[in-house]
Amino acid sequence: MNRVAARLSKAFVEQLSWEKNEPAWMREHRLRCLEIFERLPLPRFGPDLSALDLGDLTYYARPVAPVERLEDLPEDIRRTFQALGLPEAEQRALGGLRAQVDSEEVYRSLLRELRAKGVIFMSMEEAVREFPWVQEYFMKVIPPEDNKFAALHGAVWSGGTFIWVPEGVEVEIPLQAYYRMQTEGVGQFEHTLIIAERGSSLHYIEGCSAPRYSRMSLHSGMVEIVAKEGARVRFTTIQNWSKNVYNLNNKRAWAYAEARVDWVSGSLGSQVTMLYPTTVLLGPGARTENLSFTFAQEGMWLDTGARAIHRAPETSSRLVSRSVVQGRATSVFRGTIQVAPEARRAKGHMECSTLLLSPEARTETIPIIRAENEEVELGHEATVGRVSQEQLFYLMSRGLDEAQALSLIVNGFVSPILQEIPWEYALELRRLLEMSFAEAVA
Amino acid sequence: MTALAVRDLHVRVGDKVVLQGVDLELSSGVIHALMGPNGSGKSTLALALAGHPAYEVVRGQALLDGQDLLSLPPHERARAGLFVAFQHPPEVEGVKLREFLRLACAARGQGFCEFQKAFPRALERLHLAEFRERELHVGFSGGEKKRAELLQLYLLRPKVALLDEPDSGVDVDALRLIAEVIREMAEAGTAVLIITHYPRLLEHVPPSKVFVLLDGRIAGWGGPELAERISREGFEGVRR
Repeated sequence: MNRVAARLSKAFVEQLSWEKNEPAWMREHRLRCLEIFERLPLPRFGPDLSALDLGDLTYYARPVAPVERLEDLPEDIRRTFQALGLPEAEQRALGGLRAQVDSEEVYRSLLRELRAKGVIFMSMEEAVREFPWVQEYFMKVIPPEDNKFAALHGAVWSGGTFIWVPEGVEVEIPLQAYYRMQTEGVGQFEHTLIIAERGSSLHYIEGCSAPRYSRMSLHSGMVEIVAKEGARVRFTTIQNWSKNVYNLNNKRAWAYAEARVDWVSGSLGSQVTMLYPTTVLLGPGARTENLSFTFAQEGMWLDTGARAIHRAPETSSRLVSRSVVQGRATSVFRGTIQVAPEARRAKGHMECSTLLLSPEARTETIPIIRAENEEVELGHEATVGRVSQEQLFYLMSRGLDEAQALSLIVNGFVSPILQEIPWEYALELRRLLEMSFAEAVA
Repeated sequence: MTALAVRDLHVRVGDKVVLQGVDLELSSGVIHALMGPNGSGKSTLALALAGHPAYEVVRGQALLDGQDLLSLPPHERARAGLFVAFQHPPEVEGVKLREFLRLACAARGQGFCEFQKAFPRALERLHLAEFRERELHVGFSGGEKKRAELLQLYLLRPKVALLDEPDSGVDVDALRLIAEVIREMAEAGTAVLIITHYPRLLEHVPPSKVFVLLDGRIAGWGGPELAERISREGFEGVRR
């Protein structure tokens, strides 16, 4: 199967499962998800999705054959990789690298030391075929009933990363995956499942981009993380989808006792994004930090957020967001901290700041803090600022042009988050910001 | 040598014409003073020359080293060699002093290595060593802001420096330091204009030439003795 432009149907889902040579449980799971998808309504909140035509998507595409070496990839993809610095990063700074174009993996590497320690880093379908126990985890953190796009994802998912880190193994350098949507009008539905056994640690980085087309495409990935007792997982995503992409994701983690899960999300692109990484703090002493940076530019609607669900005593959460809005764009941040009756002595803090660069820019912050016991410490701060003429003029009076002055102010504003992401990405983010200001000012 | 020549400058702020035909010349390596009561238009002159968008030049000319300043956007005026020390420099959160000055020095054509050497020296000179990684003016006291402005002057080595009330809110020791730095800058060739309504600083940096601005015009000028006279008689004496 190279490309299926077919309508979403039971027959298509069965064929997909058959081509992927999946065990029966997965085929049944897909079909159940399809039924749920047909039953559920579109989300009742957030951006307008009426322009997204789910009947006009290519649900599976494999435009590029897998390669052994990055340099064997087609020219345009190779150039993108080079611009992103991936080949050098693979040599110097990464423990492993996966690349996926549309629906399938095209490249993968993993350091020998990590293989020797038993770390598993493979495509999701390989894991489904090789390890029957994957069934115990797959879409258990996010069940298909959760929302329409979770169900759609469950029916048509293809590709994505499976990572298993054995007990006590610390993966000191990051593993990375890069996702690209290549085919016009394609839907990309990769599924990422990370299982960090007791006392292990992992930093995983995802980068996303796509060439620009006039037809809409859909990215609806799912990430499930299981961090067992004392494990640490950091999940970083830098999304720079082109402006014809609907980016509607589901990301959720379970953190057992003393585990720590951190989400770092940079949303720079897409037409519409809905992204609310969630951590369920299941065991005593579990912690989560959720750092989000969004840069909404002309015509975009970035609807992001973070959720921490405290279900055990002495759990803590910190949600930090910085949004920059330029032109006629919208940025919404939905932060939720929810504390169950049994989560005594839970601590949670939420901090959202927005910087508006134009009078037409729109922003909204929707914090929800709900505590069902009284021994908690919860806090919330939100600020909205505009770049002042005085600041801008002052910097320009020292010789900085308008684009430099703006990007210096914006970089300063987002620096609490830039400090948390790997420096190659921080550099790339700065570069992207500078480029878009130069364009906007010109 | 004339570094800055301002001729017949008229500037409007909102619907009020604040400057109504200002003429003045500043010479390289010389310290000048611009004195005048509050509201006479001193800050307006500095901000209009720097290109602040709220200050509209309705008539007149300003030449920096013979180059027409008023047709340039603010950053190009700075690159051409104009520096204004602000009376109330804004706080810019998240922007590190060091990062900002690196860009400003680069805009003046100074290389990175040069900056790496000059920056610690300048911090030392202005007694600001502990401000190296601080955010620009954030949480600075009034006096610290003034020293930070002088730090920039010291690093950027402009052709013309307009210093708007560089001594307000400054204690005696800092005042002496500021005076020393201003003298050094003039000795190195900068044309300096100290803008003040209060002669205290001028006792530490005697100006060679004093202009008096009253009601939007230069009402008189003279040598250092003029500052002393204002000190004794106030601005009313000059008006007569």
